[in-house]
Amino acid sequence: MAHLAVDQLSARYGSQPVLADVNFSVEKGEIVCLIGPSGSGKSTLLRVLVGLLKPEKGAVSIDGEKIDYASKSALRRARDRFAIVFQQYNLFQNMTALRNVTITPEIVRKRPLSEVAAQGRALLAKVGLADKVDAYPDMLSGGQQQRVAIARALALNPEILLLDEVTSALDPELVTEVLDSIRALAKEGMTMLIVSHEMAFVREIATTVLFMADGRIVESGPPDQIFDRPQTERARDFTAKILRH
Amino acid sequence: MLQSIIDEAPRFFGYYNLLFLGEALLNTLTLSAFGAAAGFLIGAALATLRHPRLFGFLPFRILSTGYVELFRRIPFLIKLMCVFFLFQIAGLKVSMYVVALTTVILSAAAFSSEIVRAGLESIHANQWDAAETMNFGPWRTLFRVVLPQAWRVILPPSFSFTIGFIKSTSIASQIGVLELTYAAKVLNTKGFSAILCFGSILILYFLICYPTKLLGEYLERNLGPSRRRPA
Repeated sequence: MAHLAVDQLSARYGSQPVLADVNFSVEKGEIVCLIGPSGSGKSTLLRVLVGLLKPEKGAVSIDGEKIDYASKSALRRARDRFAIVFQQYNLFQNMTALRNVTITPEIVRKRPLSEVAAQGRALLAKVGLADKVDAYPDMLSGGQQQRVAIARALALNPEILLLDEVTSALDPELVTEVLDSIRALAKEGMTMLIVSHEMAFVREIATTVLFMADGRIVESGPPDQIFDRPQTERARDFTAKILRH
Repeated sequence: MLQSIIDEAPRFFGYYNLLFLGEALLNTLTLSAFGAAAGFLIGAALATLRHPRLFGFLPFRILSTGYVELFRRIPFLIKLMCVFFLFQIAGLKVSMYVVALTTVILSAAAFSSEIVRAGLESIHANQWDAAETMNFGPWRTLFRVVLPQAWRVILPPSFSFTIGFIKSTSIASQIGVLELTYAAKVLNTKGFSAILCFGSILILYFLICYPTKLLGEYLERNLGPSRRRPA
């Protein structure tokens, strides 16, 4: 049974269809990367998975348990199993790096503050920010903020980590530090669904690559297939353009 | 002229006049403080009713938006008269003070609602998104994440409007509420010089408004900053 199974998932923004019959599955410990042109529905897919956009039809299951997006309690349970890192970090601007990491475990998950503070410090140290625990987000660089966001997501002990173009808002020199943090997570066996435009990184880290266009998964397979022997015209065009740059 | 004012001053600042001015000052203070405080709370509640992340129920949003849009567009004196006549039509025998206080609250609620709404909307949707995906729930998001950041936007206009309301309470003199302007008019009618009467309440208004401004600045410094970048 797949850890995460997405079956015939469709969604729309108003009257505009943004996802159409998306199917894929992710096994435990697998790293699935979503690639494709802008506007192809990659980020939207992650938003649908965490319930920020309600699916129009189709099903999402974790370990065989279907998520009922219409039910608040079912959605809450599903969100306890996911954690998402956003492209724009979305750190709480009124809180320090440490508080950003500890607030959900303490306030929502009701864990003791002393325990979550220790965990928060350890996670910030893990992403190389041990000296930034008391810094507010606007005192940090984009790369540092993104690493705080990763630490915040890890503090939730997620079963599946969703990463939404986590390097696209960063200067090139800051990309490496964030990618290194993700590589470390991959080595630990974290199940991840990653939207990325960093093709070299995707090729290196992904177990499966999903190529999306126009809200559909056009092609899926191991990185070697998608980048070296794409089976579809759209994927061939895309990879040819990407690899030319 | 200056000599005549100096000569008149001991009589003007006599015990009964000071008592009279004191009562007027107290009424102005309570009208402003209770009016602005209750108005702010009601306004904040109206703003949450209008916020799509907090209340999805459309009729609430339409009603509260309608109230805010209507009450912000009617002059204070007209609102005062409407409240006065509505109490009469309802057969409720209330003091002029209650009429004035009700008007200040209704007016302050409409303006405060707009200020709070603007403050809430100034916070990027991604803050709501992040909190939602971590199961904060809308009210916890409001109080833990959004409001602490929105104070920076809400506080300055709120205190500007509060000072405006303190001054607007003078219009309540039109229906005979004993507040500072009414007291000055009465004393002036009794024959005291206009400079003494209105000069005194000018100073009293300033003594209310200036500390209010300082309180606003203090709260801005202590509640407002979400960004504590060292200077």
